[in-house]
Amino acid sequence: MSSENGKRLLETDAGGLNFEATELTLGLPGEPRVTSDGGAKWGSKRGFSETVDLKLGDNNQEVKLGHSLQEAAKSPVSKTQVVGWPPVRGFAKRGKKSCKYVKVAVDGAPYLRKVDLEIYNSYQQLLTSLEDMFSCFTIRNYLNEKKIDQVNGIEYMPTYEDKDGDWMLVGDVPWQ
Amino acid sequence: MHKKMAFSFPDEVLEHVFSFIQSDKDRNAVSMVCKSWYEIERWCRRKVFVGNCYAVSPRMVIRRFPEFRSIELKGKPHFADFNLVPDGWGGYVSPWIEEMAGAYPWLEEIRLKRMVVTDESLELIAKSFKNFKVLVLSSCEGFSTDGLAVIAASCKNLKELDLRDCEVDDLSAHWLSHFPETYTSLVSLNISCLGSDEVSFSALERLVGRCTNLKTLRLNRAVPLDKIANILRHAPQLVEFGTGTYTADVRPDVYSDLAGVFSSCKELKSLSGFWDVVPDYLPAIYPVCSKLTSLNLSYATIQSPDLIKLVSHCPNLQRLLVLDYIEDSGLEVLASSCKDLQELRVFPSDPFGAEPNVSLTEQGLVAVSLGCPKLQSVLYFCRRMSNEALVTIARNRPNFTRFRLCIIEPKTADYLTLEPLDVGFGAIVQYCKDLKRLSLSGLLTDRVFEYIGTYAKKLEMLSVAFAGDSDLGLHHVLSGCESLRKLEIRDCPFGDKALLANAAKLETMRSLWMSSCAVSFAACKLLGQKMPRLNVEVIDERGPPDSRPENCPVDKLYIYRSIAGPRFDMPPFVWTMDEDSGLRL
Repeated sequence: MSSENGKRLLETDAGGLNFEATELTLGLPGEPRVTSDGGAKWGSKRGFSETVDLKLGDNNQEVKLGHSLQEAAKSPVSKTQVVGWPPVRGFAKRGKKSCKYVKVAVDGAPYLRKVDLEIYNSYQQLLTSLEDMFSCFTIRNYLNEKKIDQVNGIEYMPTYEDKDGDWMLVGDVPWQ
Repeated sequence: MHKKMAFSFPDEVLEHVFSFIQSDKDRNAVSMVCKSWYEIERWCRRKVFVGNCYAVSPRMVIRRFPEFRSIELKGKPHFADFNLVPDGWGGYVSPWIEEMAGAYPWLEEIRLKRMVVTDESLELIAKSFKNFKVLVLSSCEGFSTDGLAVIAASCKNLKELDLRDCEVDDLSAHWLSHFPETYTSLVSLNISCLGSDEVSFSALERLVGRCTNLKTLRLNRAVPLDKIANILRHAPQLVEFGTGTYTADVRPDVYSDLAGVFSSCKELKSLSGFWDVVPDYLPAIYPVCSKLTSLNLSYATIQSPDLIKLVSHCPNLQRLLVLDYIEDSGLEVLASSCKDLQELRVFPSDPFGAEPNVSLTEQGLVAVSLGCPKLQSVLYFCRRMSNEALVTIARNRPNFTRFRLCIIEPKTADYLTLEPLDVGFGAIVQYCKDLKRLSLSGLLTDRVFEYIGTYAKKLEMLSVAFAGDSDLGLHHVLSGCESLRKLEIRDCPFGDKALLANAAKLETMRSLWMSSCAVSFAACKLLGQKMPRLNVEVIDERGPPDSRPENCPVDKLYIYRSIAGPRFDMPPFVWTMDEDSGLRL
């Protein structure tokens, strides 16, 4: 169709603007990357992250055991995905319940973990689960005033940073 | 001597004539004829439509239209559907509700799209409007079932409660019980978006049982299959029905119960829902299929043979939404069975997969375009396309009004020739002279925009992604598309020149969205300075744009015409370019 149709705007026709002279050579943000199998994948400048910052009750907080050390590198997203592409509505939300992910750091641990608070119904459950994740450490069960386990004799106090930036002991505020 | 001619009609006569003019566009045209028509029209306008809630202030609307009963408002730009608009951007309905609560005690209908609605606003609605009848919230968020409970409890004349695609904070399923036992006026209820695992089935059944005028009922996924029969038994008059989860252990008694109940629904024209569908239970709906005009299977994860069987039973289908499990073979059957088909949407079952998981290609779309003479509206996700197919489609179906094609991998070329798809889309705009809406995808150069600017004279909305080579592309569109109202662009190399050269055009449009393009902060400032009737919003989560060099591209840009001036409810990551310094926080 295009070859029969002789119409073709000359570049200088565009309202006197000489586009050739001012041709933009900006690269697109997020140049395509060539993956190991040779295919080009589009910009992974933002991984398709389903995790959201913690909302404990109605505060924004980060749960950290002890004092946080180095921020571990985020684990790479398994698929390189461009935000909002393909344009499918709410696909990530389809069948997904609300999730309240929290970053958990332990003094001395080389990486952080992310925990979905929605799946727990009480502090006890949370602490038990955290202990499983960081099984080389002991987590002091402040609520029961007894040590849960003893591996290398070091106790850790579960604390979190609330929206005002203060360090709080886990357990004071009701779970909800 | 001059004679008074048309102006000698008494106002009441003109008002009576105007009452037959319902469409917003026509009403606006009427109001522009002369001052007296403007005056008469504004007093008798009963339905107000505001396409961009920031284009005008509530007070301005109230001042101009003192007697409307129905309002429709839209908030966030369309790309918010795909997570491109950060949370907190705006679109708050509360200022509108607050102003209207005082001014319009007789308000009956509120329709909102992509707006943030709070429980407080819902409470204010329930309290302020004694004759409130219709609440349609489409893709809204910010409210919970608590707010819904107040609506249910207080709005005695409520006819329609539609929460399509909303994000609702599901605190308690018992909000449904707040409809009083004396309440019977419900005509339409759409709660398909609710996620709650507990649904008060008895409250639902009782509500459905006593509302004998109920015509539309769309349930949510939490309603199990074996509960549907009871609900439908109470409402055989339903015209539109959305099931909940369509799965259960296969039991003959449940099946025959269900089939029996569907047989008694003689008015049913539209079906939806079908989450988790088990093929064995599908034939239960066969009794109603011959009358079905609308079928939404976009959650139905069943394979092509079952879909084919189903579709073959529906000769009167006008609207079909389905997953790509239908495959080319299923679409061929659709093309031969459903000659009345007007709208088709095919969604991807595995949008993020690198490889195709189903055999759905351009062939399916070609088949439907050939076989369905009334097909006007298409949304099609696929993984390959060719210019040849697009040209064939365009020639087959010049009556397209909406054509949205999404080739899943960005910048995919014509799979036969490896060329860009410029010519194919060019054919679409050339042959489909009434095309109002177009979404592009695949490998595209500036050439496709030249075709669009040349031919797409009726085009009102254009969506572009990963396309074009230079500002020339954008210039073609802005200078050529006379009817353009909404333009949304992402990840294209369009920059300052085309935008600044066509600044005046932007005032004739509702809005322009550009993200991950090449528009500099300097150009945004300039545009904001030169065009006082445009709000030029820079959205950038990296921090203030003036903390980077001026020629740095902004992350996201949203430009819309407004007579209300810059807004004051912006979050920290949005800046409006002003006439003054060019930077307002």
